[in-house]
Amino acid sequence: MTDSMAPQTPALELVDVQKSFGAVRAVRGVSFAITRGTIHGIVGENGAGKSTLMNLVYGFHRADAGEIRVDGTARNITSPDDAIAAGIGMVHQHYMLVEPMTVLENIVLGTASSGPLARTERDAKAKLEQLMRETGLSLPLDARVADLEVGARQQVEILKALFRDAQILILDEPTSVLTPRDTERLFDALRRLRDHGRTILVITHKLEEITRLTDRVTVMRQGLVVGDVATRDVNEARLAEMMVGRPVLLRVEKGPANPGETVLELTDLSGRNFAGVSFKVRRGEIVGVAGVAGNGQSELLHAVAGLLPSSGGLAWKGEQVTRRDAAHLRALGVAHVPEDRQRDGLVQEFPAQDTAILGRHGDPALRRNGLLSRRAVRAHCEDRMRRFDVRPPDPAWPTRGFSGGNQQKLVLAREMECNPDLLLIGQPTRGVDVGAIEFIYARLIDLRDRGGAVLLVSSELDQLVSLADRILVMSGGKLIGEVAPQDATDERLGLMMGGVTAQAAAA
Amino acid sequence: METATQILLLIAAAIRLATPLLLAALAGIYAERSGVIDLSLEGKMLAGAFAGAALASVSGNVWVGALAAMATGILLSLLHGFATVTHRGNQVVAGMAINIAMAGLIPTVAQAIFALGGQTPQLGPAQRFLGLVLPFADGDGLVAQTYARLLSGHNALTWLAFLAVPATGWLLYRTGWGLRLRAVGENPYAVDTAGLPVARLRYQALVVNGALAGLAGAYLSMAANAGFSRDMTAGKGYLAIAALIFGRWAPVPTMLACLLFAFADAVQAQLQTVRILPSQFVGALPYILTVLVLALVGKGGGMPKALGIPYIKERGV
Repeated sequence: MTDSMAPQTPALELVDVQKSFGAVRAVRGVSFAITRGTIHGIVGENGAGKSTLMNLVYGFHRADAGEIRVDGTARNITSPDDAIAAGIGMVHQHYMLVEPMTVLENIVLGTASSGPLARTERDAKAKLEQLMRETGLSLPLDARVADLEVGARQQVEILKALFRDAQILILDEPTSVLTPRDTERLFDALRRLRDHGRTILVITHKLEEITRLTDRVTVMRQGLVVGDVATRDVNEARLAEMMVGRPVLLRVEKGPANPGETVLELTDLSGRNFAGVSFKVRRGEIVGVAGVAGNGQSELLHAVAGLLPSSGGLAWKGEQVTRRDAAHLRALGVAHVPEDRQRDGLVQEFPAQDTAILGRHGDPALRRNGLLSRRAVRAHCEDRMRRFDVRPPDPAWPTRGFSGGNQQKLVLAREMECNPDLLLIGQPTRGVDVGAIEFIYARLIDLRDRGGAVLLVSSELDQLVSLADRILVMSGGKLIGEVAPQDATDERLGLMMGGVTAQAAAA
Repeated sequence: METATQILLLIAAAIRLATPLLLAALAGIYAERSGVIDLSLEGKMLAGAFAGAALASVSGNVWVGALAAMATGILLSLLHGFATVTHRGNQVVAGMAINIAMAGLIPTVAQAIFALGGQTPQLGPAQRFLGLVLPFADGDGLVAQTYARLLSGHNALTWLAFLAVPATGWLLYRTGWGLRLRAVGENPYAVDTAGLPVARLRYQALVVNGALAGLAGAYLSMAANAGFSRDMTAGKGYLAIAALIFGRWAPVPTMLACLLFAFADAVQAQLQTVRILPSQFVGALPYILTVLVLALVGKGGGMPKALGIPYIKERGV
């Protein structure tokens, strides 16, 4: 649908746009154009500069150099206000909503005059009703945002932008917290908006969504555009290669599982946000837990790790565990790579060598005369960095200085190198670049093949299907059912994540 | 009739005692609803009390005093804003710094100007807010007495304070300005991405805050007393903060909280005359009540989510 309108002025055009933060050159001269009435994708690894670029277009940051043209006219966009005036709307990855307020209040926030609201709200309602009819979106305008589901909140953001007459709509990682069903709904709405002549710009790292949704795609790496192609001329493998700069294995290669003795058995375990959960994890298998964020799977993982209290049966190698604190569970042989490694897995201010021994500092190999030996700690870290390919390989480097992927490798090295009987791992590749993902997958499978058990919580269905040997699905704090990865289609998992039981979903 | 009169007198006293609390607590609502913790109410009140009495004394005009009190409060608010909004300093520290600075500065300035041991001269009737006796406030009977004791006899600042409650409610919940003010205290990022100026909104809230806090001080020196004396706020600024927390940052519940604390104060004053309990203990009762109330209320809802967090645009990369 792009070539028929090739000669027209692009809806949005970037010309040699640059932006640095201190010494970091986040965007290093980016140029590309987006045709009106198309869905355009931007892909790139974390840190490739795509979010920074969009923040420049939306006026959140100011570009150091370069030009942003809207409908052929150069615009000086220095604040979101300027962007909105230029007809640009943005749906941020983290929604910009005021939760205690109603949908309507959130939408009129930016435009209401200082005076009485009643009239403004009445007029806005009329306009919104019409917009909803046009776009097929449907929202209760008087409901509080805090009471809405995630998918509906996103619709509020879209409607907010349309209400302010956005002709160009930018969405930053729009599907990261959506169920497959909400994702479909979103894509339908976006296609409808495109067909009504609006221009859509989607930033994502999910290649499958790019190929499914977009008309054209721009690939970024290290602050530069490394590809700009019509979507139908590329496939996922090619896109991944462009993103990383070398061929990437997207398929996970692993042999069949060889389950052995049961290491962990939960019987009717309950805790914060989950209840009545029973299942087993055996040596030599990876058990995946799927669920939409906020359905109890994170809390389950924390409870098993001893970070949240739980009641009910939790047996370790056949014996009930009554002392459920993190230290005791770790001593038994449980390792934990937390979902939010920034908060739970690392101390940002510590040098890497200290982060690398957190919770393992009792190891006699690190001690001399009862005190920690700096030399041993350093040597220990150097060894882990070498084996897990952490860059830069400098134990004295502060933890916060490492990229997401390298931070994750540091945590993984710490948790896996003690040969745990059970590894608990949440969102293993969140904020991790494609190159590191391959490596992490390989280590997890390696641990399994050496007889370790892995309990994996992830919101990425592809990841569960390719890594897990069994997939458990949670919804509303309950275990809904179990699916074998070969039977786990997105539709089926999506239905179960929405609370439909396994039998009904299979039918 | 005797008991009824006693109770009416107690309530009337509570209304008077609640006035400075209410003005200060409303001041706090504006600042905190916009996301700025205001611990400096105490210091602003003290400065306002002095500026009001000093200017009223010098000019001989009560309104000049009131305007001076408001201007002083606003000036301190802008200082607080400069430290916490513009330079994103710690709001609690900045607020306490203002309190400590005022506690030392104001008596010194008072001494330098008037040489009366840190006080201002006694204010005459034209320099004070006096009670306004309403018409027909001289009848007998319970209804007439209630009217005479509870409605009549209050000064302009008391009327202003209680009328400011519905006015604040209307501003916060029924106008676009109030919508934005509440939004900036809940999620400044939403306000910024909607193309609105976060800092300007917070400064606007702080200006209203300073004016009200200054008036709260003026009430102490120009209505409740006839002149400024050192430490005359005696912790009322902190009590106002307790009241607005108890009132969950909403005008009407905050007013009720102020009345409750003031009523306890009025009862305490009555008990002092009876001399059953040691007077120090009786005097501490309102404060003990405050602590108990806050402990029981605990961490309820209503607190603006972005309260106390300086707004910093995320550093991309």
